[in-house]
Parts: sequence; structure tokens; C-alpha cells
Amino acid sequence: MPKIKVENLTKIFGRQPHRAFDYLKQGRSKQDIFKETGLTVGVNQVSFEVEAGEIFVIMGLSGSGKSTLVRLINRLIEPTAGRILIDGEDIVGMNAEQLQQVRRKKLGMVFQKFALFPHRTVLENVEFGLEVQNIPKKEREEKAKNALALVGLSGWENSMPDQLSGGMQQRVGLARALANDPDVLLMDEAFSALDPLIRKDMQDELLELQTTMQKTILFITHDLDEALKIGDRIALMKDGAIVQIGTPEEILTNPANEYVEKFVEDVDRSKVLAAEHVMKRAETITLDKGPRVALQLMKDRGVSSLYVVDKKKRLIGVVKADAVNAASREAKTLEDVMDREVPTVSANTLLNEMFDLVAFSDIPVAVTGEQNRLLGVVVKGAVLGGLAGKVNRKTPSDAEEERQVMAGE
Amino acid sequence: MSELFPKLPLDRWVERLVQYLDEHFGLVFDVISAGIGSTVDLFSLIFTSLPDWLLIIGFTLLAYKVGRLRVALFTLVGLLLIANLGYWEHSMETLALVLTAGLISIVIGVPAGIWCARNDSVRNVVTPLLDFMQTMPAFVYLIPAIFFFGLGKVPGVIASVIFAMPPTIRLTNLGIRQVPKELIEASDAFGSTSWQKLFKVQLPLAKTTIMAGVNQSIMLALSMVVIASMIGAKGLGADVYRAVTQINIGTGFEAGLAIVIMAILLDRITQNMGKKKNVQEG
Repeated sequence: MPKIKVENLTKIFGRQPHRAFDYLKQGRSKQDIFKETGLTVGVNQVSFEVEAGEIFVIMGLSGSGKSTLVRLINRLIEPTAGRILIDGEDIVGMNAEQLQQVRRKKLGMVFQKFALFPHRTVLENVEFGLEVQNIPKKEREEKAKNALALVGLSGWENSMPDQLSGGMQQRVGLARALANDPDVLLMDEAFSALDPLIRKDMQDELLELQTTMQKTILFITHDLDEALKIGDRIALMKDGAIVQIGTPEEILTNPANEYVEKFVEDVDRSKVLAAEHVMKRAETITLDKGPRVALQLMKDRGVSSLYVVDKKKRLIGVVKADAVNAASREAKTLEDVMDREVPTVSANTLLNEMFDLVAFSDIPVAVTGEQNRLLGVVVKGAVLGGLAGKVNRKTPSDAEEERQVMAGE
Repeated sequence: MSELFPKLPLDRWVERLVQYLDEHFGLVFDVISAGIGSTVDLFSLIFTSLPDWLLIIGFTLLAYKVGRLRVALFTLVGLLLIANLGYWEHSMETLALVLTAGLISIVIGVPAGIWCARNDSVRNVVTPLLDFMQTMPAFVYLIPAIFFFGLGKVPGVIASVIFAMPPTIRLTNLGIRQVPKELIEASDAFGSTSWQKLFKVQLPLAKTTIMAGVNQSIMLALSMVVIASMIGAKGLGADVYRAVTQINIGTGFEAGLAIVIMAILLDRITQNMGKKKNVQEG
């Protein structure tokens, strides 16, 4: 069961919102509907599922409805239509008390402008969610202190929020959301108000916290780089509707339409694309073959080096054309002239981490998977091509299958 | 014009209404009257039975505690002057009236303001009512006040409350509505009930604004004491009123000056109360 399941969630602002339903079903645009009815479509028939432990990023420009969407999830804004299931329970039909319970136990929220209570100390801010549940003072103080320690703010308990820097204030905001130990964190542009360096730190820290906490996080942002960095999956919104849902790689490499394509145009791909996205099939040979076969193969394929693998495609080394040439004259075996020092990266090494290696290697860089199996090679041109948007449109498992077929031939 | 549309008998309607209220709700008015009367008497008793030097020291210390040295000095000098001119007792009677009116304004005004802030329809009804209370000449509601409560201090207090309460209601409403939206969202998002939100977030953040309203109410109540003296409320107002009727310039000035001193004192002390609390708590 998904942690959060949203079905056809719709929010229309204005009087008698149902007037817009037919238009929405006909697929009329937000602008059209506003002209005809005077109603504003905030969120348009959105459906998605978020698994437990996943970071699901909702990304869009301002006015795309992403902030409205996150507020619908905890009903800070009442939905016009649709269902929101959290752990299988529809919260849209809940009465005020039930909703309060869900908000207290399951949903924590972090706000763009921190939204700390200026009249309360840091500790009292973090305690807030526990205080409204009437948890005894001692217990909630302890939990709040733990939450503060988690975000690295021990020792600041008695400061007032306005004595803290922006980054620290948002840590308090995060601690406040964590103090309740909710399953779900709703983060509305949580890092957008911070300056770039602090923002990056906070992103890293969130990811690190997440490895131990395993919360389900719904993260709203307008920053594509942020979305690509922290999202397990990303939903891209436009005019209140979701345009595409996918992993960062899918969004980048397989944009659903022109809008997404334009959106991802300027992104720094080297931070998202990995070796597996740009690698090519490796030209390989096994050790039981002689130098002549190797030379013929190089000639056929138009390459100057071959990777040497065993029967299970495990990488052993590399042979280069001049060495093989010499071997064939001097009647040596491939093993004699094989170079065991091979530049290697793993399938999920990001491009920006392998620039040096690729640039200064005179042979293609090998991409290896489990048990040192050779998955492919990366050549200089492919890295450039990847940065320019030319990437493998296959998922790694497809590529794997293909290689297996070829290996069988 | 007048032949086509005969005059609306508004005057008679109002008179009938007042008469009806007096006949059917006499008991209610008696209870209110007793309550207000005894509150004023209690304050009066405290202020007039304690020796003046003790009260002067007490007020000076209070002024020093909430305000600064300057306010304390002014309090000391001002009260000594009042005592010296011989208006001490009347000043204390006035203070009792003002405090009672102020207290009632807060007790009714703050909850009314909260209600307005939480409900737009209530606000839409109350706002014109407040305009009415503030702009209708104060003399006019002295008349029904006499009708219901007779002569003396009680109708004076009632008239003062009607005149003085609107700022408390308005500024309570305003203060709560001015609490930033994201703080309300944060409060809701963590599952607070409506009352928790009110007491833990809205009221603390609106406190400065509410205190400004209370300060205004007390100042307005003080400004009513002269008018209230026309229907028999005692105190400095009565001195001013007598001086006016006798065209006695000297007495008029002295009594007027005593009112001004009281006004400045009450203003500075209540103003600083709002600020001081805010500094302590955040």
C-alpha cells in the first residue's frame, strides 16, 4: 500500500466551483476556464502515489499550483474534489477531530519562510506539536531536545527565533516537524528562502537524515537542480496539472513533452546523468582467443583497444592495438600483453565525478557492475553527447538484457 | 416632500423600545446596576481610605516598574500637585470610575474583538455598531442610561463604557487578523484546536495591538468623566462642571489640570504595560 495516494485531486478557487468541472473534463485550459467562469483552477485532477520512505518532489514554476497541492494534502486548503489517502485512510472525508489527529501523528510540515512563532523560544517552537497534544512538559522537552540535536542545534534551546540566521531558523522548522515523529514530512519550498551555500548544506543534511529516518517526504520546489538532487521521483506541474512523473533520469532523458523538454534544457546534466546513461557497448574478447583474432576484431570494429573478459563477462584487463600487434609477431598470448590497470567507474557514477578520468585516459573508461562485470564503456565523445542531451533511452536493465543476448551469440 | 412622506416616528419608536426594556428587563438592569455600583464603590473605598502618601508612593513604584524613571518622576510630581491643590479625593473617585469602565471595556471588548476576528459576519454587524457608539454624541446615551439606572455613578460608567469600548474591540480584531497567515497555517498544520490556536498563537502575537486598544479605551473613559458628571457622577468632572456653570476660571483650570495629569499618568502606565510584557516574553 502506498503511504500517500492522491486520486483526481482538484481545487478550484471561487464561488460555485463545480461549474468548472465539465470544462476540466473537456481538457480546457486554465486561462479558458477563467475567461468563461471567473474561476481559478488551483490544482487540476492530480493523481499520484508516494511510497513509504520515498522523497517525492513536486516541482513547478510559481503559479503552477504546487503550494496549493501540498496544502491540500493536510487540508490547510479544502479540496474541491478528489481523494487523499494516507495509509489507506481518506482524509478528505474526515471531521475536524480526526483531521487533527492525523495532522498531529502523521503529518509534519516545514514552511518556506520558516513560520516560527516569534514569541516562543527555539525549544518552545519545537515543542509546539507535542504541546497541542497535551504531552507532559518533561516528555515533550526531551523529545524537542532530541529533535534539535538531530538538526545540530543543541545549545540554542533558549534563544528566540529572531536571534538565529535563516539557515538555523529553518533547522528549527525542521526540528519542529520532526519532534512529533510523523511518518510524512510536507516540505513547502523549505530551502528556497536560504542562500545557495546554506541551501546546498541543508539539502545534503536532509538526504543524510533521510538515510536513517526513512520518512516519506513530499518536497515542493521551483528549483530543478534541487528537485533532481534530492528527489527519488519528481512530479512536474504546470497550470495545476501534473505534466510528468518520473525519476530524475527519466525526466531528463525522456521528457514527456515540449514543456518538460524546455524546462530541463538548462539543467546541469553532469550532476544527474551517470555512466550508465552515456556508456556504449564494450568491444570485448576472451583470453582463449589469440592475438590475430583480436587484431581482426579491432579492424572490424574500428577500435584500438579491446577489453578482456572471462566467460561470465567479468573484466580482467585491456589489450591495446600496438601491444597485440607485437604479440602476434613475437608469438605471445593476449594474457602476456594484457594491461590489468583499467580505468573503471561504476554504473551510477555521475558524469561530473568522472570528467578527469575520461579526459586523461587514452582508452575508453570501463563501466562495471556487480562482481566486476563489464557493462559498457564511456568514451570522451559520449560524455559530451550526454551533456548535450544525447543519452541512452533504455533503462539499464534493458541494456543488460541486450548485452546478454549478444554475449550468447 | 413632507406631505407625500409623513415623518417617520423614529423618536417614538426609540422611546417605546426604552420603555419596553425598562418594564420587562428591570431586574436585569438592577443586577447590572448593583454590580457596577459595587465595583466603583470598592475601587473608591480602596483609593480614598488609604492615606494619600502611601498611594503616591505606590503609584510611583508602579510607574517605575512598568515604565522608566521619567514616568515615575512625572507620577510623583503630578500626584503631589493634585494633593496640594486639594483634588486628591475627587481624583481617586474619578480613577475608580475610569478603572471600572476600563475593566468592563476589557471584559466585554476583548472577547467581542476575538469573536469579530474569527467570524466575518459578526465583524460586518459589529463594525457599524461601533461606528454608531463612537459618533453618536455622548450626551445622547446619557438619557436612556438615566432611565435604566437612575442618576449617579452607574449611568456614568455605562455611558463611559459605550463610548470607550470600541477601540478595544477594533484593535483586538485587528491584532488577531494581523497575525501572519503562515503562523496560522503552522499552528493548524500541527493539529492545534481552534482554542489552542487562539491562546498559544493569536492572542500572544496580538497582545501589543490589544494593549494599544485598552490604552485608548481607558483614555476615552477618562474623557467621559466630565460628561458623566452632568448626571451626577462624582469626581473631577463634577468640579469642572461646577466651574463651568459658575464661570469660575481658576477652579476650572485647576480641576482640568488634575484631569490632564491623571490622563497622562494612565496613558503612560498602560502603554508601557503592553510594551514591557512584550519585551519580557519575546
